[in-house]
Amino acid sequence: MWSFLLKRTLSVIPVLLVVLVIVFLMLRLTPGDPAANIAGDAATTEDIAKLRVELGLEEPLPVQFGIYLGNLLRGDFGDSFYYKRPVISMIADGIEPTLSLALFTIVIACLIAVPLGTLAAYKNGTWIDRMIMGFSVIGFSVPVFVIGYLLIYFLSVKLEWFPVQGYQHIEDGIGGWAYRLILPATALSVIFIALIARMTRTSVLEVLNEDYIRTARAKGLPQSKILFKHALRNAAVPIVTIIGIAIAILISGVVVTESVFVIPGLGLLTLDAIQGRDYPTVQALIILFSVVYVVINLLIDVIYTLLDPRIRY
Amino acid sequence: MKLTETVRQSIKKATMLGLLAGGMTLGGMAQAENVLRVNMHSDLKIVDPIWTTAYMSRNYGYMVYDTLFAMDTKGQVQPQMVDTYTVSDDGLTYDFTLRDGLKFHDGADVTSADVIASIKRWGAKDAMGQKMMGFVAEMTETGTNTFQFKLNEATGLIVQALGKPSSNVPFIMPARIAATPPSEQITEYVGSGPFVFLTDEWKPGDKAEFAKFADYKPRSEPGDGLAGGKVVHVDKVVWKVIRDQQTKMNALSKGEIDVIESPSHDLLPLMEQDENIQLVDLNPFGNQYTFRFNQLHPPFDDPKVRQALLYAFDQEEFLLAAIGDEKYYKLCKAMFICGTPLDTEMGFEDKLEGNMAKARELIEASDYDGKPLILMYPTDLAVLEPLPPVAKDIMEKIGLNVDMQAMDWQTLVGRRNKKEAPEDGGWNAFITSWNSVDNASPLTTPFLNAACEQALFGWPCDDTIQALRDDFSREPDAAKQLEIAEKIQTRAAEAPTHVHLGQWYQPHAMGKNISGAPVSPVVAFWGYKKAE
Repeated sequence: MWSFLLKRTLSVIPVLLVVLVIVFLMLRLTPGDPAANIAGDAATTEDIAKLRVELGLEEPLPVQFGIYLGNLLRGDFGDSFYYKRPVISMIADGIEPTLSLALFTIVIACLIAVPLGTLAAYKNGTWIDRMIMGFSVIGFSVPVFVIGYLLIYFLSVKLEWFPVQGYQHIEDGIGGWAYRLILPATALSVIFIALIARMTRTSVLEVLNEDYIRTARAKGLPQSKILFKHALRNAAVPIVTIIGIAIAILISGVVVTESVFVIPGLGLLTLDAIQGRDYPTVQALIILFSVVYVVINLLIDVIYTLLDPRIRY
Repeated sequence: MKLTETVRQSIKKATMLGLLAGGMTLGGMAQAENVLRVNMHSDLKIVDPIWTTAYMSRNYGYMVYDTLFAMDTKGQVQPQMVDTYTVSDDGLTYDFTLRDGLKFHDGADVTSADVIASIKRWGAKDAMGQKMMGFVAEMTETGTNTFQFKLNEATGLIVQALGKPSSNVPFIMPARIAATPPSEQITEYVGSGPFVFLTDEWKPGDKAEFAKFADYKPRSEPGDGLAGGKVVHVDKVVWKVIRDQQTKMNALSKGEIDVIESPSHDLLPLMEQDENIQLVDLNPFGNQYTFRFNQLHPPFDDPKVRQALLYAFDQEEFLLAAIGDEKYYKLCKAMFICGTPLDTEMGFEDKLEGNMAKARELIEASDYDGKPLILMYPTDLAVLEPLPPVAKDIMEKIGLNVDMQAMDWQTLVGRRNKKEAPEDGGWNAFITSWNSVDNASPLTTPFLNAACEQALFGWPCDDTIQALRDDFSREPDAAKQLEIAEKIQTRAAEAPTHVHLGQWYQPHAMGKNISGAPVSPVVAFWGYKKAE
């Protein structure tokens, strides 16, 4: 197990290198000039040319990449072209809102989707199953911003139960923090509820046809015990996979939700950085997201061994 | 409403009870201070208003810094930090005295040394500043709060330049900060303006905060545009970043923010019906749409083709497409903006009215060979997006072959600086918008600079215009300045550098409890009062 973990951890290095090279090149090959954006509308071509030199953009690409890699190895991700702040501090500012939203969303999604999916499998072919799967199709189909606007309109504008927008940092009060996350997390969770519920239903349905479930039924075990102890646990591997992917997606940026509910997270930071061609910020964010994906995949592999003793590395 | 409030409180309490340790509060909900929460048109990114010409940095500058002179609502420049000034009979010596009691946010007095250092930095960077410095032989401190400009030639430019309202504005900084080369960003944010920038509260992409500067000494005159007394009535101003237009409107309607600087024109009819929102137009000059030619390449290197567009374009077609409601736009043939001291139609009397026959005639008489020209089309800015299709349609009707290429604004900004031929990644034309105050004078109008390689993207090359701009800068008399402006405009109608497509107005949306917002061509936050 430990050698597996070590190998997987070491395998991150070539993955990151490939990501670095691709992101570095793609950013510089994409049309647009950060210096022209920074200098403003009334800047002359000469002003912009000077700024390009100052930002190091006039160096040949291999030299730029070498400097970047050297700084990276020293733990220096660089400063934002615009804010003149270390990129790391800007990412640190955005991590809390993003993690908070991801946490709330995934908790809501799991609490609703897993029981719904299990119920749909148990009531396979009945109107309950069809209703749950119908909801699942709607959840997939309705864009998150529509759900967000509807929630805001009814619960914030009409009923005034929630604020329209804004995020409160946890250090300013955990109550306000949670209160302000309810609407965005609810809006965002709909698609994940649909996804996880469908996956849960499929997995549980497969397991319900296994011999050991028949045996459990023959022994006269209560249905709830059969479903949640025997069926669900054995069906958990694909469900955990999909939850893990959902978490990675949530951390790597949920731009629309962050925009509609004004949450200053990594999604908006990424969007701004890409639009402004803020190379150091985009590069650091992509590295972060790559690491998140790798780590989450690793964790999923580890969780597999806990859920299914047959899996060994 | 009572039931609603009860439910809301219940949700809050339930949230707290369910998730919290005892004793924790809903921090951030209470508003003890009188805080003005504003959604600006963009995020504040660069906090050096000399290093960049970005409007947000200029707006930030007006919060944190003060200026020697400032423009009033009539377009006249008035003393601001300057108490009195005199000009010698030969016009070669200017003596200035600063007002008493001017202080920086760190407690230090504003001195003439700070002023001279700041003007040097600005004068090295800004186009109008460079022009002014061309006349200045020497700047000397004649006392702690007095200083003198000695000129090598008389000009009417000095006070006009020092009162320049838009980017780059000659803001006054402490000498140690102003000593930073203009090619580098400053790293200390101390000014003597009416607000103190709270650096610890600045969260890029989220918010920027400014506290009232308790030691700021406003002028005694009532506020008038950027001039007069800058009296601050709120404790703090927070610039809150909200990108989604619908969310902005909802937040304003529910009192979560107080002002939206640039609400989408699409939402204005809805806002007009909202009982909690008022729409207030604070910029008397508005904004001006402009069509820019690239004169380095055919067909716009040919003045006949450029002139054809002056005849073909009808301002109303553009303004209707982009703005829609005639309350918010104005047809204006004056290149230097209707309502300013240089408001004139000279040279444009028969143009900008959609005269297609005359335009076709000019195209036929030109060297245009039918090659497609590239019109850049930014699809991500609501205020510009409707315009290029209108231009394309008109241009095709007069016989031009147009390749309208869609792109995001940042791509356009990068591409417009490319001098290569259009087929090699360059361009032929695009449409943008300026704050009208930028275009209110031949010296500040960025697109009128016709200094070839030294000009702004588009690179017009016209010795006549340049000579007339020089004459304008030397002329101290306002009536004679108007005469020169008329000559410049006439020349620009013969050999166009750009086409002005009309003025449009951007009302601010604000809560009904907000009052006192200053009428000004640049967004400013003194004067605002907020009733709780």
